[in-house]
Amino acid sequence: MSNRSSTQLKALYPYSFEAKDKRENFPAPLLYIGWEDHHLFCSPVCLPLPAETPFGALSQAVLPGVYGAHPDFARIDWNAVEWFKSGEPWQPDPARSLAENGLGHKDVIRFRTPGMTGIAGSFA
Amino acid sequence: MDTPVIKKKLGLKDRYGVMTRGLAWDTTYQPMDKVFPYDKYEGIKIHDWDKWEDPFRLTMDAYWKYQGEKEKKLYAVIEAFAQNNGQLGVTDARYINALKLFIQGVTPLEYGAHRGFAHVGRHFTGAGARVAAQMQSIDELRHFQTETHAISHYNKYFNGMHNATQWYDRVWFLSVPKSFFEDAMTAGPFEFLTAVSFSFEYVLTNLLFVPFMSGAAHNGDLSTVTFGFSAQSDESRHMTLGIECIKFMLEQDPGNVPIVQRWIDKWFWRGYRLLTLVGMMQDYMLPKRVMSWKEAWEMYAEENGGALFRDLARYGIREPAGWKEACEGKDHISHQAWNTFYNYAAAAPFHTWVPEDSELKWLSEKYPTSFDKYYRPRLEHFRAEQQAGKRFYNTTLPMLCTTCQIPMVFTEPGDPSKICYRESTYLGDKYHFCSDGCKHVFDDEPEKYVQSWLPVHQIYQGNCFKEGTDPTKEGFEPLAAVLDWYGINVGRDNFDFEGSEDQKNFDAWRGNSPNKPSGSEGGAA
Repeated sequence: MSNRSSTQLKALYPYSFEAKDKRENFPAPLLYIGWEDHHLFCSPVCLPLPAETPFGALSQAVLPGVYGAHPDFARIDWNAVEWFKSGEPWQPDPARSLAENGLGHKDVIRFRTPGMTGIAGSFA
Repeated sequence: MDTPVIKKKLGLKDRYGVMTRGLAWDTTYQPMDKVFPYDKYEGIKIHDWDKWEDPFRLTMDAYWKYQGEKEKKLYAVIEAFAQNNGQLGVTDARYINALKLFIQGVTPLEYGAHRGFAHVGRHFTGAGARVAAQMQSIDELRHFQTETHAISHYNKYFNGMHNATQWYDRVWFLSVPKSFFEDAMTAGPFEFLTAVSFSFEYVLTNLLFVPFMSGAAHNGDLSTVTFGFSAQSDESRHMTLGIECIKFMLEQDPGNVPIVQRWIDKWFWRGYRLLTLVGMMQDYMLPKRVMSWKEAWEMYAEENGGALFRDLARYGIREPAGWKEACEGKDHISHQAWNTFYNYAAAAPFHTWVPEDSELKWLSEKYPTSFDKYYRPRLEHFRAEQQAGKRFYNTTLPMLCTTCQIPMVFTEPGDPSKICYRESTYLGDKYHFCSDGCKHVFDDEPEKYVQSWLPVHQIYQGNCFKEGTDPTKEGFEPLAAVLDWYGINVGRDNFDFEGSEDQKNFDAWRGNSPNKPSGSEGGAA
């Protein structure tokens, strides 16, 4: 992660525009979710999810609609799943909301399902 | 008053001087800096514009004559192709999807290049560079037109080619080429030249045009081969302009070197990401294959590009940052891109499919260390699902890279089993990237990319529905509403190739009357 104060941008006039993807522009904060070792789904997904959504609803209500078509999905032991936030190991509380778990607009989380590496071990 | 007559016929060099640099003058009513505000603010120092060497001493009258002759030949071929129902001579209707990719994703770039060069051609204070840029502006406009004309014949018979301009502005994956060019066009004039003339035309254009055109030749598409060759002869002039421009900047002032290096780093990476589409075309969309993306990369990038950067080392320029990652990507990006379009074939105006067994075998041979291990199993799985009537479509919108705007499909350098995630925070907001290259581009100029028009985010903001759409209405289907706004004919332009109208029509035309012209049998529409 970086936080630069001076940039290389050169312009003829003062150059300041609002961020197009600020929180207020969306009906709910965006959450990015990736399933490690499974790339049948070509990329992580982007979902607007209300901040009060319980984290546990991800595995029960949200992710089945996203990843349910994968043959590994039904075999996932959600108690054994490892979570990552911005790439760092992370332990969310399923009973608390996304916001209470510290998830904000445009955060990225990933989950790893130990022992599963996709179709025929190909990471698909 | 009579027009003065130049009595003596001028030599070529003098004539060139009169017809180009002789057209420039210094302004007197207004200061030059006010009339030409653009060519200083980027920090590039030019001490002597006369040192600009024109790579081709081309004057406008010579240009008309030369291009006119070329155009006559091109249109003769296009006409003959149409009269002889050339569309029936291609290997397989799957091939047409390469042309869709071209008209949707490449042709609008020619128009963008035309606009960019027209702007630059107005704003340099040096007359030599101005004329060269103006000439190229006309080239690019011609390319836009001839490509549109050549492909319009196919548009009569196949889907997915009738709405390219609107798609370029709206459809998710076309934001990738569009953002590349809009980034370049909204940069300063010297950066534009580095982006388009040098990084794109000089370093990467061979990877674009040669595979497309040899692909067309191998697959029986004479019309495309001809416009390709017509454009390619201009491309060599553009390439020479690109290298001349770079050398000119580097020779004028040592202070220019780090600025140019930063632009080379940025635009090499952006161009490389853009060419992912071409890699996919080459490995997956040509029923008769020419060379793999990997082979093309080795020949045109590693060999030619490597030599170029060794040559530029004497100015203090090194190979672009990201060069090694790009070289490693040759084993992976075409497969990762095809997987993306296979996932999202419901939302793109062309068809995808699982390659036939012989084609899978070819891919295994061309990619011995990566294809069977990482990519074949998913394709075979997709095929089994499709044959069982459960063709897989990804129904959740992807996370995009803020810089290149490609879904986050690329893997870590050194580990193709892991998606590469990078992020930055700017003014309290998070931004995500597919690679170090894209992250660096953002971190250098975040003010620019916080404005990125990311299709997925725009959809969620409600900006991709037709006016009057009510997303809160009972039974509202967001995907259908977005496709309607895109202007995609659902069921014709999109979904799997298998069972498509293109496939059925082509089989009927070829199967029912293989030996007689069948233009009268009607097109797809």
